Amino acid sequence: MSAMPPKNRPVGVSRLETLLIDQSVKGRRAMRVPEAPVAQPIDRLIPAKFLRQRKPRLPEVTEFQVVRHFTRLSTLNYSIDANFYPLGSCTMKYNPKVNDAMANLPGFRQAHPLAPESTVQGLLEAMYNLEQWLVKMSGFAHFTLHPAAGAHGEFTGILVAQAYHRAKGRLNKTKVIVPDSAHGTNPASAALAHLTVVTVKSQANGHIDMADFRAKLDDDVALVMLTLPNTLGLFEEEIEAITRESHAKGALVYLDGANFNALAGLIRPGDLGFDICHINLHKTFSTPHGGGGPGAGPVGVTKELEPFLPVPRVVKDGDTYRVRDSKHHYPQSIGQLRSFFGNTGILIRAYTYMLSLGEDGVKEMSRRAIINANYVRVRLKDVFHAVSNEPCMHEAVFSGTPILEHGVKTLDLAKRLLDYGYYAPTIYFPLIVPEALMIEPTETETPETLEAFCATVEEIVREIKDNPAVVKEAPHTTPVRRLDEVKAAREPMLRWTTANEPAVYGGRSTERAARA
Amino acid sequence: MFQPNAPSDEKDLLKAIGVASFDELIRRLPARHVNPGLGLANEMPEVEITRYLSELAAKNAQPLSFLGAGAYDHFSPAAVGALALRGEFATAYTPYQPEASQGTLQVIFEFQSMVAEIFGMDIANASLYDGASALAEAALVAFRHTDRPVLLVPDALHPHYRRTLDTYFGSAADFKIVTVACPRGTIDAGDLAAKINANDGNVAGVVVQTPNFFGCLEDGAAIASAAHAAGALVIAVSNPLALGVVAPPGEWDADIAVGDGQPLGLPVSFGGPYVGLFACKKEFMRKMPGRICGQTVDVDGKTGYVLTLQAREQHIRREKANSNICTNQNLCATHFTIHTAMLGPEGLRELAELNLQLAHYAAEQLSKLPGCKLSFETPYFNEFVLEVPGDVDAVHKRLLDLGILAGLPLKTFYPKLDRHLLINVTERKTKADIDRLVSAVGSLK
Repeated sequence: MSAMPPKNRPVGVSRLETLLIDQSVKGRRAMRVPEAPVAQPIDRLIPAKFLRQRKPRLPEVTEFQVVRHFTRLSTLNYSIDANFYPLGSCTMKYNPKVNDAMANLPGFRQAHPLAPESTVQGLLEAMYNLEQWLVKMSGFAHFTLHPAAGAHGEFTGILVAQAYHRAKGRLNKTKVIVPDSAHGTNPASAALAHLTVVTVKSQANGHIDMADFRAKLDDDVALVMLTLPNTLGLFEEEIEAITRESHAKGALVYLDGANFNALAGLIRPGDLGFDICHINLHKTFSTPHGGGGPGAGPVGVTKELEPFLPVPRVVKDGDTYRVRDSKHHYPQSIGQLRSFFGNTGILIRAYTYMLSLGEDGVKEMSRRAIINANYVRVRLKDVFHAVSNEPCMHEAVFSGTPILEHGVKTLDLAKRLLDYGYYAPTIYFPLIVPEALMIEPTETETPETLEAFCATVEEIVREIKDNPAVVKEAPHTTPVRRLDEVKAAREPMLRWTTANEPAVYGGRSTERAARA
Repeated sequence: MFQPNAPSDEKDLLKAIGVASFDELIRRLPARHVNPGLGLANEMPEVEITRYLSELAAKNAQPLSFLGAGAYDHFSPAAVGALALRGEFATAYTPYQPEASQGTLQVIFEFQSMVAEIFGMDIANASLYDGASALAEAALVAFRHTDRPVLLVPDALHPHYRRTLDTYFGSAADFKIVTVACPRGTIDAGDLAAKINANDGNVAGVVVQTPNFFGCLEDGAAIASAAHAAGALVIAVSNPLALGVVAPPGEWDADIAVGDGQPLGLPVSFGGPYVGLFACKKEFMRKMPGRICGQTVDVDGKTGYVLTLQAREQHIRREKANSNICTNQNLCATHFTIHTAMLGPEGLRELAELNLQLAHYAAEQLSKLPGCKLSFETPYFNEFVLEVPGDVDAVHKRLLDLGILAGLPLKTFYPKLDRHLLINVTERKTKADIDRLVSAVGSLK
């Protein structure tokens, strides 16, 4: 019987958690559904051919089993709340609890996206104000709050640029310039819009190779996509030359705002000549990463590009807030890229964070993010190969090549950090840095945490010299050790099945997988 | 106060870095643009933020609402929010380091299993942004798999889903989206056949939403057999709650099934965040967009979970990736998973049946009123279209003045349905609530 603990796993020792389906006992219930006050036989309301034949195989458990299962699962995770995440490019700062509380106010949670404007004025006011905060921090004229994530924002921005060029009759503009150090979403988003990706080289320090840039910037370029600071954490000195020369060729310039945490309050992208920008609210504005979403990727544009922004948008009309949700008001709009307004629950969290910071707090945020990153840069510069000796912005990138001589890779070092209770840095990105280690401490970590982390890295490097095996086989203390990713891809098991069913398309219950 | 702010904190760090001031760290920034005045408000203490935002939230009226139209007001047990908002789930990163992320990964594995089971499909991914963008991703799979350019889309597809398809594919001359008429609320078989013939050999996929935007159930099997005969893929769009009682896409041979998971565990929250569900037959496994979690073993032979089949994704394949999507909606998927675990197979069926019964009671009572009638005769789930006497905007407004949000006037999206309301009833409504709606509509002269 499935409720009994599997014999091959000692109870109380394993930190792993049995799949909920394997805890299922027929007839158990976690919640009661009320009786229908007025009921007719279902087959009188719906002809049989429309009815479900086979019940879904879902767990039959008690509420307490559900609570214990998911609580135990949660304890198998590292999280910002419990662990330092030096994860470059991801801005894993503290996520204030008040953000969640505000997003869960009943008046916000229960606001329906198609409700009449008069019934959601408070919500619309918050959204309007959020847009104004983004405008003031970025120097762009308008923002759309519609995109669900950074990559969704990129696609939005690219479509806006495409629509703009079409409106101008520039049908030749079909190329997008992307540096080789860019996030993978940049070229993927451009490809989704059927544009041709032209890769521009970076120098070893991550700055754009201007000669290559100028050679590739021709009249057919619709958009130049840049990350600032670049993905090596450095501020691109030639940025104003790049925007100026792009504009001279009739190209627009897009800022991948993934690294906005370094800029907010310090410098406005709009002032540097950028035309379009997305901002990852789940990074800079502290909405929880959630183990991989949801995020939000608002897109800012210059005044000239506003007509092309997606709908719906919130506008202020005297003292009333209105939703403009059709192309009637914005005939040149690129349209909608998802259902409804946007990831409002995330937007409210970000707005709450902005209110908490205020103008001084926003400035202090980027200042401290930069100082913390430079502390790590200087502290570890003799441990690894520094990619650049210039001060960094919000993150420090190193090359782990010095440890290779001991037969240890950056990946091994990253895994060993898990044993010491730290999440791993971003590794092997950017692609142009061999054995890359990208560390972004964020502004919310204390000097004590930064120092303890750096000291741990030093300790691991000592281990690499003295006893490389312990690092190469790391981690040792996590709920599982290194996993067989080749097996996962070659013999995909993507879902559970139940005990009396052969494993067809992958997926067997935990017990049988463990015995296999 | 979110960052270390003792007087020594910054001073000591600058000293350790070896600079006299912060300005030495930012010399590469163009000085004339540095440190602009932003014109932002001053910081607010938490007590003031809470007061201010609570006041804004309270400005939103909370009428007795029968508005659904793709965002449904369901009850979620307290355990769902309490568990999903645990910091260990909420503040974890994408599980790229699986050894430190087994909790998140196992939740994804259970989520994928539940989605596949509910849709009756072989496999599912770790989720996409929402139902509409999931449909766009499914269309992309169909275009690429068949190497054909035409997508047939019913007129009764949720208009926002249609708009999303138009935006994703409208700018490229390679693709064509063709509307199939739904004059009686569901796909017209004759028009479907005509559109298939008119695009002979070019139809990549046929989209079937059931229940559709009007709440009506489609005859999925008949449509699927027509589509398959033409060599097209069948893309189903379904509300997962409805599938507690309604035949799931897997029972009528759909190739890909998508939907929005919002009805199972997520608040309407002015449109998001929701969770896009994506399930398919196993033959499309390597063409699925987005993150996928798989079961494997560690070096000691212990069962564990990893993100897998990543060779499809943008961080590996860049412009050759099968989608630009990076994230999933993991915390929303976590809500969905816990909510569905609470329901179980019987709870899902009972909840679906309760919705269906309440909606049918409301429809029957409303359609007895003089001048009111149900617009379509097809079977429906928890939403239906009601034709009302007189000017629909005036009716809607007068009911709102009585504290009742009587669904959605359809003429915004369907100009010909200019006297029609789309009305949704969920388990959050009692018989008394429905009777109040009926009596209010009846009181209008």
